[in-house]
Amino acid sequence: MKYINKIKSVLTLIVIALIVAGISSCGQQAKDTDAFRKGALSSDVASRVYVAPGEYDEFYAFVSGGFSGQLAVYGLPSGRLLRVIPVFSVDPEKAYGFSEETKPMLETSFGFQPWDDAHHPELSQTDGSTDGRWCFINGNNTPRVARIDLTTFETAEIIEIPNSGGNHSSPFTTENTEYVVAGTRFSVPYPQQDVAINTYADKFKGMLSFIKVNPESGLMNIEFQVLLPAFDYDLAHSGKGKSHGWTFFTSYNTEKASTLLEVGASQNDKDFIAAINWKKAEEYLAQGKGHDVPANYKHNVYDEATHMATSNQMNTVKVLLPEECPGLVYFLPTPKSPHGIDVDPTGEYIVGNGKLSADLTVHSFTNMIAAIDNKEYDTIIEGIPVLKFEKVLAGTVKAAGLGPLHTEFDGRGNGYTSFFISSEIVKWKVGTWEVLDRVSTYYSIGHLMIPGGDSKNPQGKYMVAMNKITKDRYLPTGPEVTQSAQLFDITGDKMELLLDFPTIGEPHYAQGISADRIVSKSKKIYKLEENNHPYAAKSEDATQVVRDGKDVHVYMTMIRSHFSPDNIEGIKVGDKVYFHVTNLEQDYDVPHGFSVMGFENAEILVMPGQTETITWIPSRVGVYPFYCTDFCSALHQEMQGYIRVSAANSSTELKWSLGE
Amino acid sequence: MKKYARAIMVIAALTLGLLFVFPMWKITLLAPQYPTGISIEIFVNNITGDISNFNIMNHYVGMKTITVKGFPELAYMQYIVLAMMAIGIVIGLFGKKSHFWIWAVLMIAFGTVGLYDFYIWEYNYGHTLDPAAAIKVPGMAYQPPFIGRKEILNFIAYSFPALGGYAVGISISLAGFAALIKSK
Repeated sequence: MKYINKIKSVLTLIVIALIVAGISSCGQQAKDTDAFRKGALSSDVASRVYVAPGEYDEFYAFVSGGFSGQLAVYGLPSGRLLRVIPVFSVDPEKAYGFSEETKPMLETSFGFQPWDDAHHPELSQTDGSTDGRWCFINGNNTPRVARIDLTTFETAEIIEIPNSGGNHSSPFTTENTEYVVAGTRFSVPYPQQDVAINTYADKFKGMLSFIKVNPESGLMNIEFQVLLPAFDYDLAHSGKGKSHGWTFFTSYNTEKASTLLEVGASQNDKDFIAAINWKKAEEYLAQGKGHDVPANYKHNVYDEATHMATSNQMNTVKVLLPEECPGLVYFLPTPKSPHGIDVDPTGEYIVGNGKLSADLTVHSFTNMIAAIDNKEYDTIIEGIPVLKFEKVLAGTVKAAGLGPLHTEFDGRGNGYTSFFISSEIVKWKVGTWEVLDRVSTYYSIGHLMIPGGDSKNPQGKYMVAMNKITKDRYLPTGPEVTQSAQLFDITGDKMELLLDFPTIGEPHYAQGISADRIVSKSKKIYKLEENNHPYAAKSEDATQVVRDGKDVHVYMTMIRSHFSPDNIEGIKVGDKVYFHVTNLEQDYDVPHGFSVMGFENAEILVMPGQTETITWIPSRVGVYPFYCTDFCSALHQEMQGYIRVSAANSSTELKWSLGE
Repeated sequence: MKKYARAIMVIAALTLGLLFVFPMWKITLLAPQYPTGISIEIFVNNITGDISNFNIMNHYVGMKTITVKGFPELAYMQYIVLAMMAIGIVIGLFGKKSHFWIWAVLMIAFGTVGLYDFYIWEYNYGHTLDPAAAIKVPGMAYQPPFIGRKEILNFIAYSFPALGGYAVGISISLAGFAALIKSK
């Protein structure tokens, strides 16, 4: 009995101990979870991201929409979404890709392409500083580069890239926007042809393209392409300062696998950074070394004076072959499938973010030039010297984290590297390679951005992390949840989390710029007297309806608060009706919209002084209303009209009127 | 001092030339949705500024459309000014003290008539409303202030002389001063 009592009390003690342990471990898990979710937030951060009503943000952030195909514009530090610029995907809200004027923007050699995957915004630069003139962005799926005009925040130009299989290492400007680049992620048969996929190693090639940018107009043309081995060219950045004249591309799949790349492309201990001397390329071009190769691609340009885009067919491209152009290309061995490649503000250090590694490899431009001069080659691949790794290496940021992807700089001698696998940003010292600070991101960061952080002159006040996964960070919205950006203050020794804000599509890369470099240049209206649209009606007296066979052209105007004409008769089933609608307003922020019941098309949203055209092929007789879709004035609801559609064989007279 | 009288009289006449460079009068409308305001500027021979936006705003309450053609004064006023400048220069060079006075008094007369004309226009502009107007506020008139600030529905209207208007005042003052110091 004595023993039983003892056993009882021992058992009781054990049970109590287990409960206590259980409770405390539960408590610890909850605490850890809480710490994960909130990060180390100090109490006064709200005031540091608060931009009072009516006041402006300090920076613009241009954040790629990823698979939305568009470019989002945010204010920093508030994280407020200011505008979504349609670039590579149709946008019925703005009639982008629906209006007759913008349809040509999405033409490709394959035909009309209504969608793409927009990855890397890149602001134009003058002398290594962002100048607020243009923002370039790549279309990853059907290889293209777009230029957005930052006076209008509209897509001004899209050029298709031939001989490319996925435009990922793009656009990444040179320091005076001499070039933006376009390297193929997927190597493809060159020339494109019907071959067995397992001929990859023989028949496939990787092409890097240099797109010249006209310094006045911004117009792009493919100046030359460089034919390279069939690797996957992942990301790029151009040199600056002392390394100006060079552009660096990372590669993976130097194993040349064409199936199950997650294994096949991860075998080599080192892949390559391709260093292209584009000034040398210019010399070779001048010597006539460029091969004129037949090509099939489109060059689409929007003309602000006619408010109209045209799509131009292009038929040749100049290709340089490394074996004919010594000194044009060198390979820098870099560990473990380097993803991002980033050049520090001085232009000396070239950071290869080996994404399957824990370390960060940093090459020295000075070492690279010395290795080239001394012919320190490991081997030569397809005419391209492979420099000795240890001869170009400047240093290694050791065991900084897991899965380094991208690095930006603050202009104070520090690098900031995103680590996807360990979901963090690590701050390190350029030159000594010591780790200074680390901060968690929520969750799984891809790119990061410091305004000007990839230029010669960073504006290192804030840093934005763009994350691939959000899980529980926001209110749930079903299986698909928003993606997310996080804002950090980087002015102190410690990086400090300030704000989470949701993003459109998937935010890949972003660019930031202080607002004063853009605000004063931002256009408020289009001047009516400068409108050269061939179908513009610049006054109500000029409105008319003209029949040309089955085509009917309606020259229409809009002004608060009526359309002219607002009664149209004599349209017949099967006609193709072109509504050429001009907004006569010359006042800031007075757009008018236009849409017709059942017209199987998108609305047009016409800015003051602009003309846009939308078409309709009526299929049923009747009288159909149209109206202004953008609340414009006190009498907006009265801004409406009717179109009478008669049978195809009817004799209804064509007429139009307003106020009769 | 006396020896400068003629020069001052000539300067007085030349000062009127500023009317061809600067507006005489400026009317501004301010509202929450027009944070920087919309303004029209009245010159001796023209009206400039946001006329179309003035008209778009004002047509809702049935006010008449402002056009340059709607002001016959703008066609002839400039010739009166040019004539007064010519006369002023001539009497400045060759005239007597009494001529100076007459010129100054004439200018005051013209100025007064001009202001009266402006007031009448404002009255008519604010009171002559289209009976078919979309917005009718019983008993409401939209006459802008003659000089000063006035709240009209959602707008605050400002009406003040502009540089050209001040030039007329300066011209008259100079002419009067020249007359005062002139010896016969």
